[in-house]
Amino acid sequence: MQLAVWTYEGPPHVGAMRVATAMDGIHYLLHAPQGDTYADLLFTMIERRGKRPPVTYTTFQARDLGKDTSELFQDAAHDVISRFKPDAMLVGASCTAELIQDDPAGLIEKMGLPIPIVPLELPSYQRKESWGAAETFYQIVRTLVDKNITAEPQDGPNGKRRPLVNLLGPTALGFRHRDDVVEITRLLHSMGINVNVTAPLGANMADIQRLGAADFNIVLYPETGEMAADFLKRTFGQPKVTTVPIGVGATQDFVREVAELAGVDAAPMLAQGRSRMGWWSRSVDSNYLTGKRVFIFGDASHAVAAARVAHEEMGFKVVGLGCYNREYARDIRAAAKLYGVEPLITDDHLAVEKAIEDANPELVLGTQMERHIAKRFGLGCSVISAPVHVQDFPARYSPHMGFEGANVLFDEWVHPLVMGLEEHLLTMFRDDFEFHDGAGASHLGAHSGGEKTKSTALASTENDTAPITAPTPDVANENIGEHPLMWSDDASKELKKIPFFVRGKARRNTESYASEQGLETIELATLYEAKAHYAR
Amino acid sequence: MNAPLTVKPKNSGDCAPVLKAPVLKAPVLKERGQREVFCGLTGIIWLHRKMQDAFFLVVGSRTCAHLLQSAAGVMIFAEPRFATAIMEERDLAGLADANEELDRIADQLLERRPEIKSLFLVGSCPSEVIKLDLAKAAQRLGAKHAPQVRVLNYSGSGIETTFTQGEDACLASLVPVMPKADEHAAPNLLIVGSLPDIVEDQFMRILGELGIDNVASLPARAVADLPPLGPNTRYLLAQPFLGDTGQALDERGATRLSALFPFGVEGTTNWLKAAADAFGIDAAHVDAVLAPYQARAETALAHQREKLAGKSIFFMPDSQLEVPLARFLSRELGMVLTEVGTPYLHRNHLDQELTHLPANVQLSEGQNVDNQLDRVRATKPDLTVCGLGLANPLEAEGLSTKWAIELVFSPIHGFDQAGDLAELFARPLRRRDVLRV
Repeated sequence: MQLAVWTYEGPPHVGAMRVATAMDGIHYLLHAPQGDTYADLLFTMIERRGKRPPVTYTTFQARDLGKDTSELFQDAAHDVISRFKPDAMLVGASCTAELIQDDPAGLIEKMGLPIPIVPLELPSYQRKESWGAAETFYQIVRTLVDKNITAEPQDGPNGKRRPLVNLLGPTALGFRHRDDVVEITRLLHSMGINVNVTAPLGANMADIQRLGAADFNIVLYPETGEMAADFLKRTFGQPKVTTVPIGVGATQDFVREVAELAGVDAAPMLAQGRSRMGWWSRSVDSNYLTGKRVFIFGDASHAVAAARVAHEEMGFKVVGLGCYNREYARDIRAAAKLYGVEPLITDDHLAVEKAIEDANPELVLGTQMERHIAKRFGLGCSVISAPVHVQDFPARYSPHMGFEGANVLFDEWVHPLVMGLEEHLLTMFRDDFEFHDGAGASHLGAHSGGEKTKSTALASTENDTAPITAPTPDVANENIGEHPLMWSDDASKELKKIPFFVRGKARRNTESYASEQGLETIELATLYEAKAHYAR
Repeated sequence: MNAPLTVKPKNSGDCAPVLKAPVLKAPVLKERGQREVFCGLTGIIWLHRKMQDAFFLVVGSRTCAHLLQSAAGVMIFAEPRFATAIMEERDLAGLADANEELDRIADQLLERRPEIKSLFLVGSCPSEVIKLDLAKAAQRLGAKHAPQVRVLNYSGSGIETTFTQGEDACLASLVPVMPKADEHAAPNLLIVGSLPDIVEDQFMRILGELGIDNVASLPARAVADLPPLGPNTRYLLAQPFLGDTGQALDERGATRLSALFPFGVEGTTNWLKAAADAFGIDAAHVDAVLAPYQARAETALAHQREKLAGKSIFFMPDSQLEVPLARFLSRELGMVLTEVGTPYLHRNHLDQELTHLPANVQLSEGQNVDNQLDRVRATKPDLTVCGLGLANPLEAEGLSTKWAIELVFSPIHGFDQAGDLAELFARPLRRRDVLRV
């Protein structure tokens, strides 16, 4: 057993739902008790979908157990066919149905239904949501793809055709998938490349059948798309591109890789000025971004991509890097080595919280879980990965991938930080009655108070308006650690002269320096010795 | 196009229910099929806020944990007082190991949260199916951690409980451990069902003004302070979904006071009067005490009546609050009831409510969600009360909705919330009228 308060991933059948909901004409018959329907609200509330997910739950009850749960399942299958008339049906079990061992796959086979059936075996007690999505998509492709449809020769009777690719991996409830697909499709079009099929998002059965017509596959989201891409590689010999085009550099790598496979010229796409991000980052106002300490956590693909952008394109210092999906831990380990940090592979949010506290970052790039953690610590945070929240489905176009995506990243990551000139102004006007420490930075508005988020929230948990750690407490003698450290009056006064947004860090650094040195009292000089000690 | 306004008797608050027995013309429609409802685990989200010394440990799967966090909207401002012991492959291999694992998790938890005085082990679908005996586990762990921690258990599984039935199961598990009041003890009044603190305090104040002082709540704000229970205990249900709890109280000799549920002026008046009658309070005094509250509530309701009168409403089954709320909306606000669906129709506890419904209402029990949605589309009600999974899809079809869940989480009981309760139904309609986009 594993004690969990919050989880990064749902069970694998929720991953299957993300695939089914993304597609058209595919229905998912889920053997499950009542209550499992909660998962519908993820799609209708968080993603604001105007349609119910195409999922039918058999809804067995205690009194059905051992009696007619299999009959219930078969009745539900008939109902699905007659009411929804799907092109194909996924069948599977949720965690409870897995235990009663009704064997949905076997039951459905006996029924001889008139449509293709994709049986799913998603072990709920071993696997999780992303894997469930990847496995489901793979099974759909494996079952439905038409092996007779393959890529036609480039030079046909009507002249040379455009190269064709499949975009694999985007799902319902995916972090910015909606806009990433648009951005990458545009980018490919302007390179002279056509998209054969995007799947699962927006695909129907006919699309899946003709996946083989593409020259190669682009795996936008390895967590959900790579398993199917590997199958297509084995079956059709289609190469796969797995470079995740997040950030300017990665997008350029992506363009080169795609251009080579497609046999097109990459140069026009690599010309300067495709993204504003490079100039925005080099312009003098961005000097203050140099060396900002950033902690990164998310699914492995997004975390690794974010680390590269943070390091190479923003000039930040990566002080922590991790992921919650073990399946891709290897990528995180390799990247962590690159930036000289310990990789954090865990799905325990308390461990992540502890790591963030220890790393003492100025900015957290994470999931919705890290957003809450950062809020408690009074740290800036930008969300880069699922698990998602209603805020991750903005009304505006807002991709993270491609050249426009890089622009979005610049804006989203800089926004939570105190801006360059503003840092100086804050120091200059520190004692001004309207511009005092407590007022917080103007552009953060109400955020500096303690933002209350209400969305799909049924109810808030405790202290939802009272951050546990107030942003940079204005007290010098609030000691942490076993041995109480004394601050001399001089040192205490000097500490207050330090701008509030770095004061907390100065206090923590000074205190840990003093502890290391075995000092009991922090004198004025200790403050500056610590500053020199930690100077970077 | 408007249906005739239900004529509300003047001073309706004053008349005790003297209406005839239920004359529901249409038989109750009973359905089976897919249910679009939460399971009983969801109750933990409000129960853990109410009982502040208690921790709820769900023994279940990743799905259970995911449900709780989805229902709670992923609010991790603090560590909440609930968690899930997620069963893994090896826990399914042998029950002995599962018990050992559970003990380990409980120890770990209690060590980290020493302020916890009561621990609820909450059963789930998977724990029920593998027959993990949580009653035994609670005994074992209770003996180990006594007297610091009391360990209780109940099931919130979806194969046995629907949404608010989780609270019923939880409160029923508390009844056996309530202290015994002997037959000579002075009569006491128990308010049963979790209410927001502010509402609970209002009721206590009014009951005090009426002259009933020996009043306690179940659940109490601290599980450690459970009120005594005996043959002289009278109880008032504040929530209509407490079938098992009521039965457990009856078995310990307490007496239920039959009344409307305290929604709206009529319901609240009737509910308080049931208590006043049982405690022999002079009727004139009761009227004098209640009059200003009733007047205030009437004023608040008048604002919403204009918006709601004549509008039709369809209830999908959700919290079992449907019948009392339908009664309130029809009698005090003039809304037209189409179908009133409820997961379970507890005829005994709803005895008074059923006599107060219009005769032509279609009640339905259980659910086949697709068939019911067909009826919603055919009826085209002005407002549909439904769960979060259905609300946006119906809105996208042009049907206004009210999230049922808000009715469970908002203070809606009593005189001073009657206006707020009506406003919850009026808001979606008002919004529909103001939007030009």
